[in-house]
Amino acid sequence: MSAPTAPKFIGAPIRRKEDPRLITGRATYTDDIMLPRMVHVALARSPEAHARIASIDTSAAAAMPGVVEVYSGADLKDVIAPLPCVHSIEDLKEPSHPAVAFEEVRYAGDAVAVVVAESAVQAQDAAREVVVEYEPLPVVVDVVAATAEGSDLVHADIGTNIAFTAVTDVGDVDSAFAGARVVIEERFVNQRQIPIAIEPRAVVADFDAGYDKLTVWSSTQVPHFVRLLLAAVCGHPETKIRVVAPEVGGGFGSKLNFYAEEAIVAYLAKALRRPVKWNGGRTEDILATTHGRDQVCDLSIAADDNGKLLAVRATLYQDLGAYHQLLTPVIPGLTVGMLPGCYTLEHLQVTLHGVFTNKTPTDAYRGAGRPEATFMIERAMDLIARATGKDPVEVRRLNFPAADAFPFTTATGMEYDSGNYQASLDKLLEMVDYDRLRAEQETRRAAGELFGVGLSTYVEICGIGPSAAMTAGGWEACELEVRRTGGIVVKTGISPHGQGQETTFAQIVADGLGVTPDDVEVLHGDTDTCEQGIGTFGSRGQAVGGAALSRCVETIQNKARRIAAHLLEASEDDIVFEAGKLFPRGVPAKAMDFQQIIDAAYVASQLPPEIEPGLSATHFFEPSNFTFPFGAHLAVVAVDKDTGVVTIERYVAVDDCGRVINPMIVEGQLHGGIAQGIAQALYEEAVYDDNGQLLTGSLMDYAVPKATAIPEFELARTETLTPVNPLGAKGVGEAGTIASSAAVINAVVDALSPFDVAHLNMPASPQKVWRAMQGGG
Amino acid sequence: MTRIKMTRIRMSVNGVEHTHEVEARTLLVHFLRETLGLTGAHVGCETSICGACTVLIGGRAVKSCTRLAVQADGAEITTIEGLASDDELHPLQQSFWDDHGLQCGFCTPGTILAAHDLLTRNADPDDAEIRHALEGNLCRCTGYQNIVKAVRSAAASMREAGGTT
Repeated sequence: MSAPTAPKFIGAPIRRKEDPRLITGRATYTDDIMLPRMVHVALARSPEAHARIASIDTSAAAAMPGVVEVYSGADLKDVIAPLPCVHSIEDLKEPSHPAVAFEEVRYAGDAVAVVVAESAVQAQDAAREVVVEYEPLPVVVDVVAATAEGSDLVHADIGTNIAFTAVTDVGDVDSAFAGARVVIEERFVNQRQIPIAIEPRAVVADFDAGYDKLTVWSSTQVPHFVRLLLAAVCGHPETKIRVVAPEVGGGFGSKLNFYAEEAIVAYLAKALRRPVKWNGGRTEDILATTHGRDQVCDLSIAADDNGKLLAVRATLYQDLGAYHQLLTPVIPGLTVGMLPGCYTLEHLQVTLHGVFTNKTPTDAYRGAGRPEATFMIERAMDLIARATGKDPVEVRRLNFPAADAFPFTTATGMEYDSGNYQASLDKLLEMVDYDRLRAEQETRRAAGELFGVGLSTYVEICGIGPSAAMTAGGWEACELEVRRTGGIVVKTGISPHGQGQETTFAQIVADGLGVTPDDVEVLHGDTDTCEQGIGTFGSRGQAVGGAALSRCVETIQNKARRIAAHLLEASEDDIVFEAGKLFPRGVPAKAMDFQQIIDAAYVASQLPPEIEPGLSATHFFEPSNFTFPFGAHLAVVAVDKDTGVVTIERYVAVDDCGRVINPMIVEGQLHGGIAQGIAQALYEEAVYDDNGQLLTGSLMDYAVPKATAIPEFELARTETLTPVNPLGAKGVGEAGTIASSAAVINAVVDALSPFDVAHLNMPASPQKVWRAMQGGG
Repeated sequence: MTRIKMTRIRMSVNGVEHTHEVEARTLLVHFLRETLGLTGAHVGCETSICGACTVLIGGRAVKSCTRLAVQADGAEITTIEGLASDDELHPLQQSFWDDHGLQCGFCTPGTILAAHDLLTRNADPDDAEIRHALEGNLCRCTGYQNIVKAVRSAAASMREAGGTT
């Protein structure tokens, strides 16, 4: 190996390669695909949250103009297998999840019939004419009440609403509580959220009978999973399925799934021998795309007089919704795993219940289980501070593991790869001038203002993940082709949808091969182009996908060096590959251009027999562990005394995501992530009534924050590399969301301390804050 | 079967005259996307909240998902596809690129056009004015900060170039 040269592109804020098509309207999202002879699908959906389908009459719909075919659930149950869930939970109750309901509907929005017509509006018109006679059944809405003996049941056939109970019991929790001077009990609610990627889900499929080839375009984060599961559910050979994730307009976990509509549209394309499109629009997207969060947790915290955390005991209820989607029951396990946060904790006991209700299924949503954990443990730190009369900073410092304690194994068995929690907190406190901030608080409080400062020192789990810990594989695949012309093509198994890996991957290659990012084409999101892959979720794009690419770059470098050594009659170990030139160490005058090596690799006439022609590499990268990014966030809020309106005056964050390939993109990820956490803290909540009707079923009712609702962010970083992958990158997609809800709520509660408010669940809406000020909690 | 009544409409889109027969209920955004093939206007909600469908009608930002195609009869429409001239990006497109004002890009065409409307009315908006003007354009990726920055820098470069483009 030659000595590494300073990177030219890695670490630079390079403009994104993907942007020109996006800013000119030339990008192709799924709904932009229009094929000749294409027909359109509309789904009739249940208005009832729980009912038996007494009868269904599709004849009026079938007679509507332009209608090609109408299917009820019964028509499809034998040709589309129930939707799968991927998990490794012992004794999990797994009720059948038909793509289209045929006996019983279990949430408002459950599909009951499929209409195919020549145009989308004809299909929608006809779907309204499907006549379904529903016999209402008791509706299960409250996740805690659903666990009681004798509760009404979502799935009568399984005899309980509790899909699984998992107990984690580490140390001696009872003794720790018995000896503790400080014991705090609180109910924490992580409200249900609707992910709202601005592009609603859409699916297009086409079947080529000549090749028996099924092509499916879907707005998904995981085209390879969709291919695998389409094969399983529709019975078409996987090698004859191509899944394309074209331009995807945001996902945030909600498109990390396998949905009924993907199976339905694929089946119909094959059955009808015509291209088929479904686009649910916002209304269906809100009802029939997975929701996130939705946990209730009764948490007890034991601490000593100094604020040292001694033990945690919790009963955690995860609202699963009506069915398991792809990863539904897996998500709350991440909450349990990360409940210790960035603190040393020896004694922990958590009983986790996964519970069915008559609501839209929950599943991954940005952070997926970790924001919930952070909210609880970071609130717990402030509650301990309140009980012991200490500053929240002091309590956190007391409980951090030492910077030299890494790798650090937590009570829940996580091995934190690397970290320095003191450093990020120190940097944050310096940025905000913490002492002055607290002094300002005193002044403003004295003047009658409600002014709060909230901290969140977080750690999260990402770079998902080692295959040993994943039910369906956690590696990532990459191919790197250096073509005869000098064109360089990356084919990656990740499927970015806004994260910018066309750019960051090009930066990695550019430094490795001495070219520029413009010379590198990055292909993704097409299972025929990138044959193997896992996808983009769990902040794994860079840490796992980028690591696979790094391996490919290394393989190409080594082969180029071997060829150069042969041509230059030098020893391979002596060949330096630097800035696109290869030369024997100390003899730059003899340098060959990389292009000359490429020519030699493909002309091949001068290659010795032991070197194969061509210049390409394929690698699967298997991470040895997850990665654990961390940081410290601080929110400064003012609360209006008369209205309860919270205004974030300042938001400052120090994050550590390991090696940064493109700081501009990392900042962008943090901005968006923090905004989504603020949205949970202050604005968003999916509200169901007692009948299981979603009251926040449109963007007029569900409060996605507007530009005026989000503050400016002040960001800084520390950089602690991970040993888990060759890049040292940890991942940053979810960090902002995981950290920010807790910081904001801690600030709001701090602002309300003149009213002796100990805790406030989210969202801290004006009404809720105002009530807390009136002593109504 | 009832015969659907069609209405003839004429409009100029990105400087090109179009005449078509449309159903009275056809939304402008569907007409632009499906009849004219201008898929840069996106449909992100059905309630006029998200703004992904924003186009310019006579220079003013309009949500094309809640306007009928027949209402646009005789109108002069600019979509994102018509904003760049001779392959030269509009200053707003350039600044969104330079300032990382987009991630997934789905809201971007509408947001750029809403910002265009703002800058024709106010050549030097402050951050609060920019945020206020973009209240009708939801972005789930960026947290808005770089969008605000991009609009600010586009405004500066447009002022420097002397007036609006």
